[in-house]
Amino acid sequence: MNAAGFPLLSLLTFLPLAGAAIIMSVRGDDEVVARNARWTALWTSLIVFLLSLILWARFDQSSAGFQFEEKLNWLPEFGVGYHMGVDGISVLFVLLSTALTPLCILASWESVTSRVREYMIAFLVLETMMVGMFCALDFIVFYVFFEAVLIPMFLIIGVWGGARRVYAAFKFFLYTLLGSVLMLLAILYLWYNAGTTDIPALFEYQVPRAAQAWIFFAFFASFAVKVPMWPVHTWLPDAHVEAPTAGSVILAGVLLKMGAYGFLRFTLPLLPEASATFAPLIFALSVIAVVYTSLVALAQEDMKKLIAYSSVAHMGIVTIGIFTFNQQGLSGALFTMLAHGVVSGALFLCVGVLYDRVHSREIMRYGGVAKIMPAYALVFMLFTMASIGLPGLANFVGEFLVIVGAWRVNPWVALGAALGMILGAAYMLYLYRRVSFGKITREDLKALLDLSPREYVVFAPLILLTLWMGIYPQSFLSFFEASVAALVARHEAALNISRLAGM
Amino acid sequence: MSWTLALPELVLACSGLILLLVGVIPKQETFFPITMGAIGALLLTAVLVLGQGEGTALGGHYVADAFSGFMKILSLGAAAIALLVSIDFNEKEGLGRFEFPVLVVFATLGAMLMISANDLMALYLGLELLSLPLYVIAAFNRDNARSAEAGLKYFVLGALASGLLLYGSSLVYGFAGTTNFDRLADAFSEAQDVSPGVIVGVVFVIAGLAFKVSAVPFHMWTPDVYEGAPTPVTAYFASAPKVAAIALMARVLLGPFGDLAGQWQQVILLVSIGSMILGSFAAIGQSNLKRLMAYSSIGHVGYALMGLAVGSDIGLRGLLVYMAIYVFMNMGTFAVLVAMRRQGRAVERVDDLAGLGRTNPTMALWMAIFMFSMAGIPPLAGFFGKLYVFLAAVQGGYWTLAVIGVLTSVVSAYYYLRIVKVMYFDQAAGVLDRAPASLTIVMAGTGLFTALFCLWPAPMLAAAQAAAAALLG
Repeated sequence: MNAAGFPLLSLLTFLPLAGAAIIMSVRGDDEVVARNARWTALWTSLIVFLLSLILWARFDQSSAGFQFEEKLNWLPEFGVGYHMGVDGISVLFVLLSTALTPLCILASWESVTSRVREYMIAFLVLETMMVGMFCALDFIVFYVFFEAVLIPMFLIIGVWGGARRVYAAFKFFLYTLLGSVLMLLAILYLWYNAGTTDIPALFEYQVPRAAQAWIFFAFFASFAVKVPMWPVHTWLPDAHVEAPTAGSVILAGVLLKMGAYGFLRFTLPLLPEASATFAPLIFALSVIAVVYTSLVALAQEDMKKLIAYSSVAHMGIVTIGIFTFNQQGLSGALFTMLAHGVVSGALFLCVGVLYDRVHSREIMRYGGVAKIMPAYALVFMLFTMASIGLPGLANFVGEFLVIVGAWRVNPWVALGAALGMILGAAYMLYLYRRVSFGKITREDLKALLDLSPREYVVFAPLILLTLWMGIYPQSFLSFFEASVAALVARHEAALNISRLAGM
Repeated sequence: MSWTLALPELVLACSGLILLLVGVIPKQETFFPITMGAIGALLLTAVLVLGQGEGTALGGHYVADAFSGFMKILSLGAAAIALLVSIDFNEKEGLGRFEFPVLVVFATLGAMLMISANDLMALYLGLELLSLPLYVIAAFNRDNARSAEAGLKYFVLGALASGLLLYGSSLVYGFAGTTNFDRLADAFSEAQDVSPGVIVGVVFVIAGLAFKVSAVPFHMWTPDVYEGAPTPVTAYFASAPKVAAIALMARVLLGPFGDLAGQWQQVILLVSIGSMILGSFAAIGQSNLKRLMAYSSIGHVGYALMGLAVGSDIGLRGLLVYMAIYVFMNMGTFAVLVAMRRQGRAVERVDDLAGLGRTNPTMALWMAIFMFSMAGIPPLAGFFGKLYVFLAAVQGGYWTLAVIGVLTSVVSAYYYLRIVKVMYFDQAAGVLDRAPASLTIVMAGTGLFTALFCLWPAPMLAAAQAAAAALLG
């Protein structure tokens, strides 16, 4: 069957739904229901996480193929099946999703007080959709999970969000839906022409040259919005600012990766020529994103908005890496995605810590926090440094690899990416200075309590991961080396064929 | 004897007459037992349809095949659910009169005859048998000015549509010399070029049918009638008659006029695009739920007709799947609408749903499922309905149609989301009354279907495939 001996990926995907069903069936007064919901959600997500560690242990790093595969007939006469599997590109994202969910649930332990039951159900459903999306090896199944993410996220932003939550929720939903439906048409085209939606089978299918550009833009409409790339990033700051802390963590940690994952999984292998043709366009948009959103981040007054803009900048580096089509660039992009998932999630949690105490995200509201909350300031500093790309911490490895990869393609692009890193240092340090140092101007800040044990538990794994990824990146890079090498080889072979055909 | 083939219709007609007799005799009101009897008759008929053979009967006027079976089951199911939904509402609104279920039974009989029509005359008879009870039940709340207006409006415009249809049929008859579908098909397949008179006739027939399915530009009556008629009647309007008229449209256009596809395709194409655009934009500003659902139903007809516009077997299959899923989500939504009461009074504004997520989480959950499904968000059933019609459009190379379709579906997502927003994000405006058991059953049944369709779509697809194959031969 597969390396685990049982349908591990389906279990990982649908176990959260079982937890949601248990939560839904709990009856009693509000207090009991809320406590039950919290514990059930935490245990479910922890079990899922522990199960997902099997992937870590049993994944064969030397193979570029799909592993832990499962196949079920769904609509056999249409060539659509329920097909799950992971390769080096997706396996770590499954782990990222399963690792961040329990942390998110723990992070909302006290900050979410209304409708706790629905909140926990929404998070578990969200986990199902995220894990399913990274495991899906059928295009229709992928699309179902990809889109279904919108439903719980819409509710999380809209119900538990801030003041402008309704606007943010609608913008998030409609923006991403508009992109996705265009991709749906491209999927239908592939389905009809290739006769299957099975992803490994589709890799064998050569998309006609004339159609590649159209399909590329249909995919681009969907993935670029999800990444998000400039100029379709405007939903992200709104969604991030209004979402509850845990919602922002998942949004930055996992949901943004869905777009980049889409580029890696579909655009590159299926449309090699169009990808090569339009790479300069992607580079241009990404460099603009990196520089422009970094400058915008400098001017922000709201902590979450600042980190949201920094996410756009970091994802710009990811898209640059993806479209370099070489080993360094692609590995760097994947590593940056993982590192950004951990670090930006942690930064949102840091903002959440302050927000839970003061109920304000305004930077000017703070100052001198380091004196009152030394442990918190240390944690916050660690993640600030990681986000800047300090060597020895998570982001550095990925961004460095992307710049090396980009240099081989076009030094100017590498320069743009490097400029982003410099500006990143500027806005993050500026943020950190204003929040942590300086005089304590407000009396109420003096009464703030430092991190609680629960918050230590939330931050500890993230700190560990950040250091681990920075100090010994090989343990993560080795997961995707084989798959990336295969992807690069495939891409070059496809281009060579078309070059020969063109002669 | 060939009339045995029409046994389901005969049984339903006799049951209708018996129910009418039984309803008249006792002194006290017999609404509840008659409704139950009517539901039983509809279900019995559905069972008979399942066991029905194939072929033509009654002098070639009546045809039974997999296609008619599929559509009849759908209409009968929708009618039964509509009756179930009406029980509580009619009793509370003082509309609990036994004529209501009897009229629904006769209307459904008309729908079945329409679906099985194999002759322009039979088509017209079926259509009128469907329409006359509909005029009456639209105005069933006769002391209410809006209901009376709805009935009158529907009657006047419906008569006009019938006139158009009849005129079109007579033109076709005049130029082709027959009204039988099979012989019409033969006549057109042999002819080198078709006279313009026939084309004009076909367009008139399409216009008459487009009125019944409330497709643009023949939709004007829909919002007013949907809003004015009692809510269970609206639920019925939006399902069984629509299914029957769509089925008839598919049968007429793909059967006898199948060889004229080049002529009618552009008409259906425009009707489909117009319906999708109007259905998505006009509903945005609505504050009355029934009006909103009227525009939404116009939009859904647009998507379904997309499958017909393509004209292929995949398109027809898409249309059938779409209609089946539409009936389920629509009946579920209307069950919620019927259940909306505050201190015994029926309310029907979007704002009346405010805070439902807190005050009545179960009902809010079902409604949210229906709304996300209508917006076409996976993994709910509505997504799969759209998937198959879009697949047909893409396959046929109708890119403009497909792109307009997906874009309007994003626009329409806005107003479906607005309902979810009102239910979950807004402060509660007041508690709605508890829904009666009959409505809870309908909501749960249709809701579970909508949510879990993705697990096992194969049987419905196979049935739709068989139905499409039967029609296209």
